[in-house]
Amino acid sequence: MGRTLAEKIWDAHVVRSAEGEPDLLYIDLHLVHEVTSPQAFDGLRMAGRGVRRPDLTLATEDHNTPTDNLITIADPVSRTQVETLRRNAEEFGVRLHSLGDAQQGIVHVIGPQLGATQPGMTIVCGDSHTSTHGAFGSIAFGIGTSEVEHVLATQTLPQATPKTMAVNVTGELRPGVTAKDLILALIAQVGTGGGQGHIVEYRGEAIRNLSMEARMTICNMSIEWGAKAGLVAPDETTFAYLKGREYAPAGADWDAALEYWRGLVTDDDATFDTEVTIDAGTIEPFVTWGTNPGQGAPLSASVPDPASFEDASERSAAERALAYMDLTAGTPLRDIAVDVVFLGSCTNGRLEDLRAAASVLNGRKVADGVRMLVVPGSAKVREAAEAEGLHEVFTAAGAEWRFAGCSMCLGMNPDVLTPGQRSASTSNRNFEGRQGRGGRTHLVSPQVAAATAVAGHLAAPADL
Amino acid sequence: MEKFTAHTGTGVPLRRSDVDTDQIIPAVYLKRVTRTGFADGLFSAWRDDPDFVLNKPEYAGGTVLVAGPNFGTGSSREHAVWALQDHGFAAVIAPRFGDIFRGNALKGGLLPVQLPQDAVDTLWQAVEADPGTEITVDLAARQVRAAGHAWDFTIDDFTRWRLMEGLDDIGLTLRHEADITAYEAGRASFRPRIATPA
Ligand code: SF4
Repeated sequence: MGRTLAEKIWDAHVVRSAEGEPDLLYIDLHLVHEVTSPQAFDGLRMAGRGVRRPDLTLATEDHNTPTDNLITIADPVSRTQVETLRRNAEEFGVRLHSLGDAQQGIVHVIGPQLGATQPGMTIVCGDSHTSTHGAFGSIAFGIGTSEVEHVLATQTLPQATPKTMAVNVTGELRPGVTAKDLILALIAQVGTGGGQGHIVEYRGEAIRNLSMEARMTICNMSIEWGAKAGLVAPDETTFAYLKGREYAPAGADWDAALEYWRGLVTDDDATFDTEVTIDAGTIEPFVTWGTNPGQGAPLSASVPDPASFEDASERSAAERALAYMDLTAGTPLRDIAVDVVFLGSCTNGRLEDLRAAASVLNGRKVADGVRMLVVPGSAKVREAAEAEGLHEVFTAAGAEWRFAGCSMCLGMNPDVLTPGQRSASTSNRNFEGRQGRGGRTHLVSPQVAAATAVAGHLAAPADL
Repeated sequence: MEKFTAHTGTGVPLRRSDVDTDQIIPAVYLKRVTRTGFADGLFSAWRDDPDFVLNKPEYAGGTVLVAGPNFGTGSSREHAVWALQDHGFAAVIAPRFGDIFRGNALKGGLLPVQLPQDAVDTLWQAVEADPGTEITVDLAARQVRAAGHAWDFTIDDFTRWRLMEGLDDIGLTLRHEADITAYEAGRASFRPRIATPA
């Protein structure tokens, strides 16, 4: 019987399997950042262990770094954490892209950008949005700090075999509808726990037609509906993106890699444990109204009435969400005014996202009383955007043009919402307090973010 | 890691679903570089509310958290597990868990027990009617017992054995180092290798 893509990659990485034990899986690339690594390096030191494969380990500073300068981390606790990573990277011989380095950026933006993320790999990071790298046809998933230590010490992880799922995206996305709208609509359909225990393969024409950056947006949010990982089979789009990048294979290695990569598809006679279908042609610009990514609706809809949810726990979750978000059932989503617009994150902080937002903002102004932050996903994204003059469009519109990092996606650095402030954000989590204590988050696409900044309330470019 | 065979303690009823790890411990508490001292950040945004269950004196000594579905979704922060343990929790019972949280909890010896919603409902009612209700989470027997009820739960043999023996995963894996070395010898040359600092 045939195998799915995920099963092929899995099988190719089993170091050891034994009856009644999880498989021991080899890890091809381990990405590291300052927040989830200090206790892991400490553990190594205490046990007198080293990093087994520094050449398969890559570190960056992103969560705590400021976006208003490249030198000073004002908060002493944040600074200590970043300095701890610097010391650990030096002591253990790990490559680190520090604040101010030309390759610094959000861990899930720099891996692909450097060409270190490639098809058929196993990739882990102490960060749940590691699923982003699945866009290249690899098994990529987030791990905790104990597992970070385990990978540093052994370059392997014991892992129970996940189930497989197919998400079949039929039809075509309509003009003005983006990968972000698609994934938000999918999560609203399947629920935040819908993917639990599964590696999900996104398939179908609509997926094949997406750029690499759009595929990354989709895979990024796999974790938001509980999936262990999400992936897309590699194709010519993938290969064209990788060719010539710093860590991409070259010469004879490129040919060998290409031959291998072309076999990385789900066999026609393979079966998935679960299949889900969504029609891309029916999707509209989609936004969230609640406090988890599954609480979303088309922009043209209204805030739902909690009484309309049949499931008791969904109903009480909706009641609590409306109270936290200070929203009234029946309010048209387009009437929700925002204080802040955040364009950035590993979901939507890449060049295409900035281009899309800039095309909406061009010649327009951010509404009075609205603050818009534009935070590129990496120093390289910032550089490329400036080469195209996008920064001029943003600043002319009245938005703030920042340095790269996670920024207001999670508010570990000074970029936070104040209590009661409401944002439209291109990030991936609208959890209570995620962007700052008491802050209220609506997840949106870059296009909707830009239109919202201009209108002052949730809006699509067509509304302007 | 301490051995875990069975734990008996009182319960804390957390009647919420989709409790994500940002709620369990917000990002501002993650800046520390140590493994302990996270209890003050536990559910910190909710602790301001005097009616929040952890603020009620009758639940102060609870060691078994009983929560709604999708507990521990979201971020991979293991700090969520450390904060729950620092507070004194030994086990969390919920109808469904976020995968990464569940993995982290099993690494650190905080037992995540998946029980059906009706069992969780029964536990909530029992604990709310009498906060002194004892809940036994019996890993050896794979069973939760409380208020005259008993529910079986599943956990794979290997993880159960590892927890009952209190074994550390890295040590277990390193017993197979020869397999790792053999695997590495067969890896394709086109796999990326990061330029390590000189
Ligand atoms: S941008 Fe946000 S989601 Fe992405 S790695 Fe940073 S904090 Fe996590």
